[in-house]
Amino acid sequence: MQWETVIGLEVHVQLATRSKIFSGASTAFGAEPNSQACAVDLGLPGVLPVLNEAAVAMAVKFGLAINAEIPEISVFDRKNYFYPDLPKGYQTSQMYSPIVGPGEVEITLDDGATKQIGVHHAHLEEDAGKSLHEDFHGMTGIDLNRAGTPLMEIVSQPDMRSAKEAAAYLKAIHAIVTYLGISDGNMAEGSMRCDVNVSVRPEGQERFGTRAEIKNVNSFRFVERAINFEKERQIELLEDGGVVEQETRLFDPELDETRSMRTKEEANDYRYFPCPDLLPVVLDQAYIDHQRRSLPELPAEKRARFQDELGLSAYDAGILSSSRAMADYFEVVKDVCGDAKQAANWVQGELSGALNRENLSIEQSPVAARQLGGLVSRVVDDTINGKAAKEVFQALWNGEGDSADDIIDAKGLEQVTDTGAIEAMIDQVIADNPAQVTQYQEADDAKRGKMIGYFVGQVMKASRGTANPQQVNALLKEKLDQA
Amino acid sequence: MHDKTLIELSRALNAGEFSSRELIEAFLARIDRLDGRLNSFITVTAEQALAAAEVADAKRDGNEHPLLAGIPIALKDIICTQGVKTSCGSKMLDNFVSPYDATIVEKLAGSGTISLGKTNMDEFAMGSSNETSFYGPTHNPWDLTAVPGGSSGGSAAAVAAGLVPAAIGTDTGGSIRQPAAFCGITGLKPTYGRVSRYGIIAYASSLDQAGPMARTAEDCALLLETIAGHDLRDSTSVARSVPDYRAELGQSLSGLKIGLPREYFGEGLDPAVDAAVRDAVKTYESLGATVREISLPHTHLAIPAYYVIAPAEASSNLSRYDGVRFGHRCDNPSNLIDLYKRSRAEGFGEEVKRRILIGTHTLSEGFFDAYYKKAQQVRRLIRQDFVDAFEEVDVLMGPTTPTPAFDLNAKKDPVSMYLQDIYTIAINLAGIPGITVPAGFAEGTEGERPIGLQILGPHFAESQLLNVAHQFQQNTDWHLRRPAIAEETA
Amino acid sequence: MAIEHEDVRRAAHLARLGLDDADAAHYVDDLGRILEMVDQLQTVDTDQVTPMAHPLDATQRLRADEVTEPDQRDHFQRCAPLVENGLYLVPRVVE
Repeated sequence: MQWETVIGLEVHVQLATRSKIFSGASTAFGAEPNSQACAVDLGLPGVLPVLNEAAVAMAVKFGLAINAEIPEISVFDRKNYFYPDLPKGYQTSQMYSPIVGPGEVEITLDDGATKQIGVHHAHLEEDAGKSLHEDFHGMTGIDLNRAGTPLMEIVSQPDMRSAKEAAAYLKAIHAIVTYLGISDGNMAEGSMRCDVNVSVRPEGQERFGTRAEIKNVNSFRFVERAINFEKERQIELLEDGGVVEQETRLFDPELDETRSMRTKEEANDYRYFPCPDLLPVVLDQAYIDHQRRSLPELPAEKRARFQDELGLSAYDAGILSSSRAMADYFEVVKDVCGDAKQAANWVQGELSGALNRENLSIEQSPVAARQLGGLVSRVVDDTINGKAAKEVFQALWNGEGDSADDIIDAKGLEQVTDTGAIEAMIDQVIADNPAQVTQYQEADDAKRGKMIGYFVGQVMKASRGTANPQQVNALLKEKLDQA
Repeated sequence: MHDKTLIELSRALNAGEFSSRELIEAFLARIDRLDGRLNSFITVTAEQALAAAEVADAKRDGNEHPLLAGIPIALKDIICTQGVKTSCGSKMLDNFVSPYDATIVEKLAGSGTISLGKTNMDEFAMGSSNETSFYGPTHNPWDLTAVPGGSSGGSAAAVAAGLVPAAIGTDTGGSIRQPAAFCGITGLKPTYGRVSRYGIIAYASSLDQAGPMARTAEDCALLLETIAGHDLRDSTSVARSVPDYRAELGQSLSGLKIGLPREYFGEGLDPAVDAAVRDAVKTYESLGATVREISLPHTHLAIPAYYVIAPAEASSNLSRYDGVRFGHRCDNPSNLIDLYKRSRAEGFGEEVKRRILIGTHTLSEGFFDAYYKKAQQVRRLIRQDFVDAFEEVDVLMGPTTPTPAFDLNAKKDPVSMYLQDIYTIAINLAGIPGITVPAGFAEGTEGERPIGLQILGPHFAESQLLNVAHQFQQNTDWHLRRPAIAEETA
Repeated sequence: MAIEHEDVRRAAHLARLGLDDADAAHYVDDLGRILEMVDQLQTVDTDQVTPMAHPLDATQRLRADEVTEPDQRDHFQRCAPLVENGLYLVPRVVE
């Protein structure tokens, strides 16, 4: 039987606000335990929440970026359950009236095809604290610094049909939130976390199969691996005549498998009801229009512009718009050097290669975009030749100079284009190599073409690589042919 | 001096008749001598009060000082007070010394008042008799065999007995008005959102409101002016300027349209209370007011709606008491569930548990629509009753309670206790203001028991309510009567 | 709607209230009478009525995104039952 996999994602994005969603405590990462848990975050008796305007603005921007409907009224509800990292015994969330309604995210697959993935809604909620299990004489330590950090939960429709599509969707969400600047998107620090719903059904069947929810799959790669494992597990189970149980599972990256989180599933009853400490959030059209005007150019728009206006290939435009950091870097290089194609070649060639070798992200590049732009300018205006350019790049990478021009000067790499100087060097080479000159002159045209390389090499060597190779070639030909 | 109102004490302090220190000492001595019989205070902060009095006296050298500077008050023990135990009447918070001040505590301190301590109350404000307090019941100063009402029973009893000239209470379903009526004092529940709830331990967030309890409407006006106002820390507090309530107290009542809700004079109303309220209304007629009957058709649904909404909110509000960050923690928990279950079973009393269970049950899957959603729909109908009534009349009047104060230990059955709040609870559901003033007495066991007249107005009509109450007190002397214990000297 | 012993036990568990069988039986009785009183709500038709969560028709005010709260950990942990190295301690949480 042919099986179809059906996937839906719930992505939690930590919003990049300075303060928490309902209090004035800092959201900075990595502080001393509980040093950023204020009275409101601790849920002290008598404290009350007040909503952070930046969290609202960020959620609205996301909604607009995915062409979602932004309802005029949204409401916060309480999700009630006990857990030590949940100080109040309830999480303030949005169950019935979320801030962002249905929208769509476009994903691009490996073959360049695109697909629209529906977003059911996105809502605001507060994050919980952290439980630390090590070394407290068998007890668990609770750090509430993260409690109250604003989260936006983006709930997709079950529109994905493969692990690759799910990973592409997650990447698209990552690109949108980082483009908008509403999250740092750092998955390693938990700024983006993902729950995956997976089910399978016989191809052609309309009804969905029973789904399993895989919790906290926190990298693009793990999402693919977890889905592929889970899909196989369910298919095998069904083909053996078993049934898939609706349950929560955990992905273990080391064993590359998912496993059931609880042996005895405890029925949750979160008793959602509207939070009486918070009033309905009302967003008028003027506010929404204002947020819309402040939207930056988004990945899809950028990709189109790179192709249509800058004349880049679909492939180049796709890669260079894949993250805001990459796109911003490229645009600086392009603006400084004035040549989009050369800029694209350098960013994707020399720079990406070096970054990959050192396992660095573009944000960590030792060569700033402005510096690379300066270098590419000198290539474009023929100040240096390709070989020298690679040397300059390496010098910039090693921090040997602040600008390409400084390094070109210091190393004397400027291309020699003065005809007189080149002619002098050619004359010398001809004088030093009489035997080769004779051979050349006796050869036919086809052979001459190959033999001239030797003389070019000698002249370049004499110029320590700075002579303009095209000029050398032309002048040599002229001289040898007359000699 | 224990017989004076806030306004009178302020004048006397200004005239140099006594110092703030002498004043505070006199009240502390009364508490020391008399409160053993009443149990109206949970914590007395004598040292802090005396130190504050010295500061107030030192400042008095100049001419400029706030009206309430150096004057004692008391705070219901639901109000977070930095450095002072804030128990909420519960074993759960018996060890809780608040690390911060409620907004109203800051405002009161800013006006120069001096807190003598924290008054007794029903546990987590859940009760109508002060009998659910972990610290034992408070006794009614008029008749020690009677309850003082609740949940702000300690505040009411302390003011009535002259242990403090005024106090702050909170009112979720009648918790200021009912004990004020039972103890023969004046008490105001402001419009929801008029007074900040920040730092007031939550019982039912959409109903809770703090307000003044004092001898006179004029004192209530002065205190309300002090504690009211917009608070950036409370999303439900209202951005609306605070009027000069005392400036409005001289208005004539000629032409005032009074409505008497038919449903507030029905079955279950004690004849003595009925008679006292009708007499009071006659007084108003003599002052030029007109009276007509009005209907609030959904009155009978107020208690049912309240006993869904309040416990639902409470069940969630009280989840934070888990033995982890503050409050009672059981000994040697064997695991996490044991920590939760035992800490909460030990820390909460029976009535609190009962309401947590009702609230949890009515919010749970399968019951939410039938109970919670239904109650919220009925809540709108109840508010609409008042909106409609205030199209016809300026204020509504009726009894504050169906009977005078009942005996201690008389109401064993929770439902019969809940029914005591029949005339006060709808006001919280609608969010409107209400005031109670002393309007007569009924026979008791060891003494007479006071009767309260309740006056209701539309949202933010506090000025009018205070004036209507003040005019009554200008023409009657019920509010000047004192229980025997108040006549005793320290 | 009647309330059963099992409903009370379930609510007690959800609310993390330790209750023995005798307690539970007692609460079944109490809660039964309270809910019987509450059932009067069913006598009124509310099909067309919007539920009301707040007494005033006000809307949420938004706070500027500013850090206003300093570190007061030691101050806040003075009322905590059990802390170590700045962490609140609870019996081991099994993941």
